[in-house]
This record gives sequence, C-alpha cells and structure tokens, in this order.
Amino acid sequence: MSITVSDVSRRFGNTTALHPLSLEIKKGEMVGLLGPSGSGKTTLLRIIAGLEAPDSGSIHFGDRDVTHVHVRKRRVGFVFQHYALFRHMSVFENVAFGLRARPTSERPSNAEIRDRVQHLLERVRLDALAKRLPSQLSGGQQQRVALARALAVEPEVLLLDEPFGALDARVRLELRRWLRHLHEEFGFTSVFVTHDQEEALELSDRVVVMSNGKIEQIDTPQALYRAPANRFVFSFLGETNRFGGEYREGKLQQGNAWIAMAHSDIAPNEVLLRPHELMLTTAPDAKAHLPVTVDAVSPVGSDVRVELTADWMDTPWLASITHHDFDRLQPARGANFYLVPSRWHQFAPETS
Amino acid sequence: MKRIGDGAATRLGLIALAVIMTTLFLVIPLAGIFYQAFAEGLAPFWQNLTSNFTREAIGLTLLIALLTVPVNLIFGIFLAWLVTRFTFPGRRILQTLIDIPFAVSPVVAGLLYLLLYGRTGWLGSILSEHDVQLMFAWPGMVLVTIFVTCPFVARELIPLMQAQGSAEEEAGVTLGASGWTLFRRITLPNIRWALVYGVILTNARAIGEFGAVSVISGSIRGETINLPLQVELLYQDYNTVGAFTSAALLAALAIVTLMIKALLEWHTHRREETA
Repeated sequence: MSITVSDVSRRFGNTTALHPLSLEIKKGEMVGLLGPSGSGKTTLLRIIAGLEAPDSGSIHFGDRDVTHVHVRKRRVGFVFQHYALFRHMSVFENVAFGLRARPTSERPSNAEIRDRVQHLLERVRLDALAKRLPSQLSGGQQQRVALARALAVEPEVLLLDEPFGALDARVRLELRRWLRHLHEEFGFTSVFVTHDQEEALELSDRVVVMSNGKIEQIDTPQALYRAPANRFVFSFLGETNRFGGEYREGKLQQGNAWIAMAHSDIAPNEVLLRPHELMLTTAPDAKAHLPVTVDAVSPVGSDVRVELTADWMDTPWLASITHHDFDRLQPARGANFYLVPSRWHQFAPETS
Repeated sequence: MKRIGDGAATRLGLIALAVIMTTLFLVIPLAGIFYQAFAEGLAPFWQNLTSNFTREAIGLTLLIALLTVPVNLIFGIFLAWLVTRFTFPGRRILQTLIDIPFAVSPVVAGLLYLLLYGRTGWLGSILSEHDVQLMFAWPGMVLVTIFVTCPFVARELIPLMQAQGSAEEEAGVTLGASGWTLFRRITLPNIRWALVYGVILTNARAIGEFGAVSVISGSIRGETINLPLQVELLYQDYNTVGAFTSAALLAALAIVTLMIKALLEWHTHRREETA
C-alpha cells in the first residue's frame, strides 16, 4: 500500500519537531528516514503510524485518508526501538497477541492462531524458543520476536523505529540482510528510522535525509551519495574533511596550505573532501600544497585509515589509502607527507 | 576480589546490630502482645474475643477495610495512570498533593473532616438537612480511612509505571488491542505486584487506623468502635487482657496479610522461573 504524507507538521510546546513536509512512498517500497537525533524522523514515523497526531496536513494509505483514523484501525506493523515486547508473555503469546486482540467476529480459531504463529516463528527461526520469556532472549532474538509480532497481523505497512540501533555490529548486519529478504517475501511497504547512514544506504530503495524537522533530500542511495543536494546531506552521508580559507591568486589559501582552483566555484570559501578522495604523497603537486603530519593509523578493513593533523586545519583530517600505498609509504606516527586531492565538493552556504 | 567495606568485623557487626534491633523493636513487642493476651489463661482470652463488643469491633473493622480497599484500588490505578501516561499542567503539583495524607497527622485529618462534615460544618449542614449523618457514625469513619490510606496504591504504582513507560501499551495498540484489552493483558500484569503490595498496605492501614477515626467515631460502643479504638477503650477500663486480646487479633491479621503476600510472591517467582 502506498503512503502519502502531505504538508504534515508538528510542534511540541515551543519547539517545532516537523516543519510542513510532504512525502510519497510507493507500494512495496522500502524507505529509510535518515537524520541526526532531533531531526524529526521518529516523530514523522509515529505520525504515519498514528501514535502521534499531526498539527496540520494529512496522511493517506493508498486512497484512504487515515489522518483521523485511530492507530488501532490503521493496521500498521510497528517495531519499536527497544522492541517493547510484552515482558510477562512468552514469545509465542507475544506473536499471537495481535490475532487474539481482534474482535470475536474477526478472530481466527485457536488452531489457526497456533498454526500462523508457529509458521512465523519458524520463519524467524525462533520456533525452539516459543515458550521463553523475552528477558531470556538475546537482543537479536528479541528483535526478531518484535518483527514476527508486527507481521502476525499481516500489515500492509511496516514501520520500524531504529530497528537495529541497540545491537552489536555482527548481529546488525545479519538482521539487515534478513529484513531485506522478509520485505521481498511479504511485499509490505516499509519505512524505517535510522541515524546510521550505512544502514539507510544499504537497506533502502530511497532514503529521506532529514534535519531540524525538514526533509533535506529524497533520493536513491546512489544518487544521494553521488549528488548530495546540500552541505548537510554531504557531511551526514560520510566522513568529511573541510578546507576553508581565503581566495587569492587562483588559490584557496589557509596558512601555508593551498588548493588551486578556478575563481568561479569559490563562493563559500570552503571545499569539502572525502577521505578516499585524498592521496598521500611525499611531494606536493602543482594543484595543491597540503602539508600534513600523521597522527594515527588504523590498518583495518579494505583501506588503511590515516588520521592527519596540520596547523592549517581546524579539526584533524582523515584519509583512506590503499594497503599498497601504505606498504610503499610506511606512514608512521609523526611522519610528514603531502596530500593530493583527486576531487572536492562545494556547496552554497547553509541558510538557517 | 574483596569489595570495598567488606570485612569480617564489619559484616559481623552489622549482622549483630540488625539482629539486636529486630529483636528489640519487632520480636519482643510482638511476642509481648500475645503473652499479655494469654496472661490469665485461655478462658479470659476466649471470653474477651467472643464478647459482643469485640465481635462488633471486628465487624466494623472489616467493613471499613472492605469498603476502603476497592475504592483506593480504583482511585490509585486511575491516579497513577493519569500521572504517568499524560502530561498536563499541574501534573507535578498533583503528584505532591498525593502525599498530603502521609504528611498530615491523621488526627488533623480527622479534625478537618469533623469541621467539614459535622452537623454545623460547611458540607455537613447541607447533608444534615437531608438527614444524612456522617460524623459519629461508620460512614464518616470509612470516609476518613479512605483519605488516610489513599496514597498507598498510587505511591506503589507511580514509580513502577514511570520506569516501565508506555511502549508496551503503544505496541499493543498498534496490534489492534482495545483499551480494555490493553489494560487487562498488558498494563495489569505488569503492575500486579505493585498493586498487590499497595492493597496489602492499604488494608493494613485501614484495619489499624486509630488517630483519624478516633476523632470521628465519638466512641459509641458497639457502633463506632473498631479494633484499634477497642484496644484503647479496654485498656483505659483496666481490662488489660481484653485490650491485648484485640491487639493480638490486630497483630495476627497483620501477620496473615504478610504471609499471603510472601506466599503469592514465592508462587509467581517459581512459575516465572520454570516458564
């Protein structure tokens, strides 16, 4: 079922949680709401669910206007940040809750409930733990119970609030993959909230980047990463190095460091660079003179991450270099090098 | 590894202190009550226990408890729900107001009720026009007992409900549960122990309340005398055995209540462990 959010806004006392915003989510799509804490993403999710009422605007599920429909009747699956499992009920009863809570006329028979819960528990590989209490499960298992519980009522919309926030990295990765599969199998429309850009980019068909109660950009992960709409989106989507200075004689200069560039690009006197767009060299290049000192080295993963300092920086920079370059240069702590940027990014000044 | 402050001398000292204090302040007085009640043998005890006045005092005590407990149970749940699940102006003030019956001396509470509901009182004069007499009668005693014991249930529930938050209820409502289903299947099971404890405390205090009811009662024998008042009355009549018989009855009620609580706790604890 498609979800249409039109001109929805929300205030809490004197703070504006959401400025009027609109959003269209297609049937069967998986959309991530990405933003720092306080950006309004959870409020938006709760408004879609009906747990929070908007001050203005409307919510449609398909053609049905659900703005004033009670949560109980919206038929959404909602997975809470800390799972909110019913602590005194067994795993089985947790999953069966939505079916048992139905009015007598719509309630499936006990045998049917048992079959459906059993099937779901098998699907989330928890059938062996059906009699356990939530407190006797690990975080990842609890998360799977929460998902099975939400799916038991066969919602057409599944909403997830920071679904993997409290789990360790390995379990996270596994559950992400698994959610993707469930999504494909059940075909529900899903919206999830996260502050983890990697999670948003990996899981979503489209990502909604939010800050300060506003939508900054809605795009596919690729488009978002390659063509960020503004400085906020760029810096939120990955690690960022900032070079700010004065433009003189065809160069953006700061202390003894400079990057040569055409005058036309240089309105904000600032360029942003990604760690992988930097090369570590022993001599400066004709286009840039960026002397740096190695501060820390972390040779973990596909690249080696090198933390760099210099007088002309306001905060330390991060460069990721290949293991090949690392072996060749042997950058030790305290060693001096030059940086050569392969590309950089510029954005109009942020209007606040 | 040894914990800070853990040493044989400290441990022994603290245990000894706890044992001495418990014996001195709890065990000896409790044993004393029963000793005094049976001081002249079983016959006088039995005679006092089965006398008309004692029977009526027991009846009144139970009546007061029977009416007070359900009223404050419902009021306590309602209040705790209101304070922990909604935000509204004056919420903090309300939370402070709940404690007034604890902060104020019961005698003062009794006096206030007397002034308000007495024949010449502000509300009492209206009531007496309709031939309703609350003071110096059992309804007044029930009323003032409700006042004195009203914080117990709410006090037990509020911190627990605050700590638990409303996430489980929200989860229930997204799954389509009605308000009543939510309360019965989610809220109530989560607060049941606090509720049982609140009820036990309310009940114990309702049975044992003396100060407030003594102002209201007017000491009409066989009508407005509950067990605690009976204890005082008999003691002042130099009927020591009688006074201690009623006292022993009160103590026995307290012990039974606590045993019920312990039993219930043990039972569910075991059930949860084997689940």
